[in-house]
Amino acid sequence: MLNSIGLQNPGVEFFMENDLPWLKRFDTAIIVNACGSTIDEYVELCKVLNTLDIDGVELNLSCPNVKAGCLAFGTTYEGVKEVTSQVRKVLDKPLIVKLTPNVTDITAPAKGAEDAGADGVSLINTLLGMSIDIYKRRPHLANNTGGLSGPAVKPVAVRMVYQVSKAVKIPILGLGGIITGEDAIEFMLAGAQAISIGTANFIAPDTCLKVIDGIEKYMKKCNIEDINSIVGTVEMN
Amino acid sequence: MPVNIKAKLIKKEQLKQDIYKFSMQAKEIVDIAKPGNFIEIRVTDSIEPLLRRPISIYNMEKDTGILEIIFQVKGKGTKILAERKEGEYIDIIGPLGYGTFQVKNTGTVAIIGGGIGVFPLYELAKQTKAAGAMVNTYLGFRSKDFVVLEEEFKNVSSKLIITTDDGTYAESGFAINKLKEDISVNKPDMIYACGPLPMLKAVQTLSIEQGIPCQISLEEKMGCGLGACLGCAVKTANSPADAPQYWHVCKAGPVFDASDVEI
Ligand SMILES: Cc1cc2nc3c(=O)[nH]c(=O)nc-3n(C[C@H](O)[C@H](O)[C@H](O)COP(=O)(O)OP(=O)(O)OC[C@H]3O[C@@H](n4cnc5c(N)ncnc54)[C@H](O)[C@@H]3O)c2cc1C
Ligand SMILES: Cc1cc2nc3c(=O)[nH]c(=O)nc-3n(C[C@H](O)[C@H](O)[C@H](O)COP(=O)(O)O)c2cc1C
Ligand code: FES
Repeated sequence: MLNSIGLQNPGVEFFMENDLPWLKRFDTAIIVNACGSTIDEYVELCKVLNTLDIDGVELNLSCPNVKAGCLAFGTTYEGVKEVTSQVRKVLDKPLIVKLTPNVTDITAPAKGAEDAGADGVSLINTLLGMSIDIYKRRPHLANNTGGLSGPAVKPVAVRMVYQVSKAVKIPILGLGGIITGEDAIEFMLAGAQAISIGTANFIAPDTCLKVIDGIEKYMKKCNIEDINSIVGTVEMN
Repeated sequence: MPVNIKAKLIKKEQLKQDIYKFSMQAKEIVDIAKPGNFIEIRVTDSIEPLLRRPISIYNMEKDTGILEIIFQVKGKGTKILAERKEGEYIDIIGPLGYGTFQVKNTGTVAIIGGGIGVFPLYELAKQTKAAGAMVNTYLGFRSKDFVVLEEEFKNVSSKLIITTDDGTYAESGFAINKLKEDISVNKPDMIYACGPLPMLKAVQTLSIEQGIPCQISLEEKMGCGLGACLGCAVKTANSPADAPQYWHVCKAGPVFDASDVEI
């Protein structure tokens, strides 16, 4: 899936009044994905989030569809370290920093997050892509380029999770193209302690349940008692 | 609540060279669907194409649970769908969209559609006529070869006017002009529209000028159809340029009051 949807957030106040009470009806952890266009905005937002009944914050330093936005902070060691440490000062809750794959060396921003005190990193966000309508000779997307997600990006995501797992000690939340339990296992073997799922939910809203089933089937088949025992156990050729 | 089911394809008909009608067994959806609702179809179990395709509900049989859709082959998704065979099960989610056509049971309504936009109007016309209102239907097509469902619409309309842009069949010109002519003699109590954007814009303007309540069904590219991806945004009417407000067509629509959206 190639999208240029951008961040259509109605803002944190709206979230507090509408989404949070709705989310609270479910027995699950709530991690809020947060984005700003300046460091001050990240800090102000996280001050508010720190007061809410939520379980953690994921800093989105990597959305490719926002003009002056988060991407600017997300591509370098210094950029990630700077915004993460400012946020860390005001946020006591678990802090996950989400990384963009649109870099030459993914381990540099990952280290920036770790050195600034992040509790974990998540990767990957979408890969910058473009697609052309050959009859109109124009890009399909109004924004010309957009973020690629879904099964097409999975090998890139697995590779980057592996590289980051070798470079940092903090836990990794892996994502990018997960549809089945087998996909999730691949990320865990590469070094992810947790996984998350985006695009697949658009196709099958019950994807998460199917992925959990798939993970359990794999565990049975391979005689695994504790899923944590497989994290990062891929043996390289 | 929409449901995700595997619906058996009972009957497949080719109406035109690239237009197909599918009759599916989908009681769970038919039981709760309203005119204007659509379904999201996974055309294949494989991951290519990945996303579902949105298609409107054309006709429903409440007693048998039959749900019918009509679609045009446009690209790879609808091409694969058109290759599905009778007896196969098709993965669909529906009914989708909270914004649906409000069926009137008195007075006169005008229903105007163009091209593939005529499909969702059939169930509306059918229910409106059965409820007791007069149904005047105006359908516009590009040319003779594109005219579909004439008999079907005749059966659910008090009056049916068909136009072709090039005059090769029935009345010549745009359906909207026929509607305008009739309005100058007799105002309907309600207008419903679905079709190409220029037609919807013209209908929107007409209804606002004439002070006639109007519902229009919009089409947007849809990533999910479920309100999750936020890809189907359309501006709300009169929203400030520096802080635009949006509806999401799959959730608030696809049917809107014409005065609520900027198209
Ligand atoms: C609410 C709704 C109801 C619809 N009802 C009908 C219907 O009853 N009958 C019918 O024939 N068509 C209907 N459509 C249009 C139909 O969804 C598209 O023609 C179809 O998705 C094209 O898919 P494809 O894979 O064949 O084409 P692609 O190869 O993906 O693209 C071909 C063309 O279709 C357009 N398109 C692609 N995906 C979508 C999408 N998700 N939404 C809208 N346009 C798209 C592209 O811009 C392109 O011009 C409806 C669309 C919406 C949003
Ligand atoms: C429609 C859409 C919207 C997204 N919005 C966000 C967002 O608001 N914040 C964010 O951090 N990532 C966002 N992403 C990226 C996803 O969270 C995820 O990192 C990426 O799509 C790869 O995972 P997937 O293949 O499972 O979707 C979005 C992706 C898509 C497709
Ligand atoms: S299509 Fe995904 S929100 Fe409307």
